[in-house]
Amino acid sequence: MSGNTATRQSPGGAADFVKRLFVKLGILPFLLVIAVIVFTLMSDNFLTPRNLMNVLRQSVYLMIVSLGQMMALLTGGFDLSVGTILALSSVVGAMAMAAFYAAFPDMAGLAIALGCLAGVAAGVSIGVVNGIGVAFFNVSPFMMTLGMASVGFGIALFLTGGVPVYGMPVAFGDTFGFGMLFGIPAPIYVAAILVLALYAFLYWTPQGRYFYAVGGNLKAASLSGINTTGTLFYTYVLCALFAAIAGMLLTARLDTGEANIGASMPLESIAACVIAGVSLRGGVGRLENVVLGALFIGLVQNGMNLARIESYLQTVVLGALLILAVIADQIRLRYVASLKD
Amino acid sequence: MSNEPASTQEGMQPPAASPLLQTKAVTKEYPGVRALDAVDFDLRPGEVHVLFGENGAGKSTLISILAGANQPSAGQLFFRGEPIALQSVHDARAYGISAVFQEFSLIPQMTVEENLFLGAEHTRGGFVDRSRIRREALEILGELGFALRPEQRVDRLTRAEQQMVEIAKAFRSDLSVLILDEPTASLTNHETDHLFDLIAQLTKRGVGIVYITHRMAEIRRIGDRITVLRDGRYIDTVDAATTSEDDLVRLMTGRVVGGIFPALDLAEPGASVLEVRNLTTPDETVVDASVNVRAGEIVGMAGLVGSGKSELMQACFGAGPVASGTVMLKGRDVTGNNPRRNIRAGFLYLPADRRNEGLMMMRSVRENVALASLDIAPFSNGIVMDRAGERQMVAALAGRLNLSPPRIERAVDHFSGGNQQKAMLARSLTRHYDLIVFDEPTVGVDVGTRASIYEFIVGLARAGTAIVLISSDLPEILHLTTRAYVFYRGRVQAELQAGDLTEENVLAHFFEREAA
Repeated sequence: MSGNTATRQSPGGAADFVKRLFVKLGILPFLLVIAVIVFTLMSDNFLTPRNLMNVLRQSVYLMIVSLGQMMALLTGGFDLSVGTILALSSVVGAMAMAAFYAAFPDMAGLAIALGCLAGVAAGVSIGVVNGIGVAFFNVSPFMMTLGMASVGFGIALFLTGGVPVYGMPVAFGDTFGFGMLFGIPAPIYVAAILVLALYAFLYWTPQGRYFYAVGGNLKAASLSGINTTGTLFYTYVLCALFAAIAGMLLTARLDTGEANIGASMPLESIAACVIAGVSLRGGVGRLENVVLGALFIGLVQNGMNLARIESYLQTVVLGALLILAVIADQIRLRYVASLKD
Repeated sequence: MSNEPASTQEGMQPPAASPLLQTKAVTKEYPGVRALDAVDFDLRPGEVHVLFGENGAGKSTLISILAGANQPSAGQLFFRGEPIALQSVHDARAYGISAVFQEFSLIPQMTVEENLFLGAEHTRGGFVDRSRIRREALEILGELGFALRPEQRVDRLTRAEQQMVEIAKAFRSDLSVLILDEPTASLTNHETDHLFDLIAQLTKRGVGIVYITHRMAEIRRIGDRITVLRDGRYIDTVDAATTSEDDLVRLMTGRVVGGIFPALDLAEPGASVLEVRNLTTPDETVVDASVNVRAGEIVGMAGLVGSGKSELMQACFGAGPVASGTVMLKGRDVTGNNPRRNIRAGFLYLPADRRNEGLMMMRSVRENVALASLDIAPFSNGIVMDRAGERQMVAALAGRLNLSPPRIERAVDHFSGGNQQKAMLARSLTRHYDLIVFDEPTVGVDVGTRASIYEFIVGLARAGTAIVLISSDLPEILHLTTRAYVFYRGRVQAELQAGDLTEENVLAHFFEREAA
């Protein structure tokens, strides 16, 4: 339907087609195409199956964090404490695992399970506090998560004294960090399971719809009998859960518990979501796009590495991309108004 | 400037002389709504020209265009006979046109004097000249006789005092036209007297006043001419001295109502569904209100905005707090229950402000319609959504309500006001309700859609649903309800049975009459 109106309306067809595509899909497909072309030209090693698998594996951590960040953005907030949650779960998880393993060296499996549980619990507890503040006391998500970012980071540093935590069972890193199954790295399986689970939750259950409703119009949701307080609370708990799982996966990869990982996560996860078309005003955004958004950022980082762009400059590019995405979103809104049939 | 007393009877202004401010065929369109339709209006120097009409008649739109806050879609403005274009409030100020809107344009965290001179601060050598601002602020406040201290923070003032600051702000510059939108709504009698003295002084200096009010007493007291608007159209301009109150009400409400309202062929009302006893809210917007609603009847709640009619039903629904009193739904005490429990018990409230309280504007019609019923069939089995069932149900409802265009996946934002309203009303058909409260269901809705909304409401009542219709639109109360409560300042002022539901009877409790 929109196709034939496009051909009818426009003598200058191609530009109009691109405009419509932009309105429908957002900025991400364009950025992806540009990135692939640019990096392929800059480096021969970029467009190889081996490197692309590499990109996928490297993007997994950001992708999982972005899933949680998307939940926060959907309800009209955001979570600046995801980096801290990553760090805290890494430190607590590694310490618990190392301590148990030292006491019972022949029970590596149990040590891994308990350590992961402890790490995730530590991360989720930050989310619980965030959720209580935002949902029950109406603290703005900005203040709440910024404050908790400082609290969590402080605790992580205090627990470790700033020194990496060693002594985890080798099997942990071998399985969850470097393990492969059918030629595919283990963390990718974890991410795939999480993506599918969240997809089912968001799009197949009423509660999933309520996250969109709360961000779409809090008052309308409340007048429609939706438990808005509870929904906001779950949002931050879920967001923390995802960040904590990413933290444990990263710990397995690094083989140490570190208080300094995840510092770039708040920015990168918000960027992945925004580039994927998640609205900062809440209520709009699709999970599958966020997965692509995280992959895109991984792709750009990988491409810049291959093109030997200095890491300091990479930060500049990332920030610029984030702002570009927000500007593109604004332009898109203007086009939506002008193109509505 | 001339200083002869300005009054139309004495004919000091020759009729042919160019008016101070004039509009010719001014039209303002919003997506889906024509707020103003080719309105001609003229303001003579030294007169108080009252704008009169119902809520939504276009008064506010017209003054916002006169004040430069809004630009007309078509038509032309003239100032002293010269065509002008006002792109902003700032432009209007340059012509000496100042407006005092109901919504304050004050910055709460700033002081009185900072607000008075906001955007026009006196400076000396690039720095704010505080002593001059203080001096002039004191001058203005003194001239107006307002007991305010310039260094007070605005958010520490009462609403009446804030209103005074807002008025004082208009006096900052040389005035030629002053626009006042219900300025006395929150003033005491004494303050009102003072304001009217001021208006008299201004008109003597040749300033033209555009004045919006619902209060007959004020029209009598200060009005020279009255222009009546209805549904965005110019109806008539009459002389205040020679026009009776009843004439005015007729001009204001006298649309051809026959075609819009369906026949009220309802059966005898059934059992009592809602029983409210002595309900008072903590902020006393509702005081000691008792109402009851029975199955299959449409009960009206009339009164001005802020009279407590909406607040009462919101408190019953659990969307607002209750201080004392009881709410019984089908014989069970539901006082203080939240909206979730009330909806599940068969009680729905559809808010007046669909944009801010009713709809998720960026989401699809499908999601908006289904919102309150995702926990039941055909939308879900309680745990997992039934997407196909949802789509079929919403598509059927869209067909039944004549949603246009019938595209349920389109964002609500992209529909006209009337169709947005339909999307919200469709919610009432997504599960079984015994009681549905419609709060201003036709605000910003065009006449054609209005008729179908009325038919929809009557249809629900025919099927035995108890309906509460909250409306500031008098014809709706008169033609669509079988019984009505009239609210005034938070109290139930009167209960009118079908036979007594006349314009005069409702208005007797609706407006503050001269006797009051």
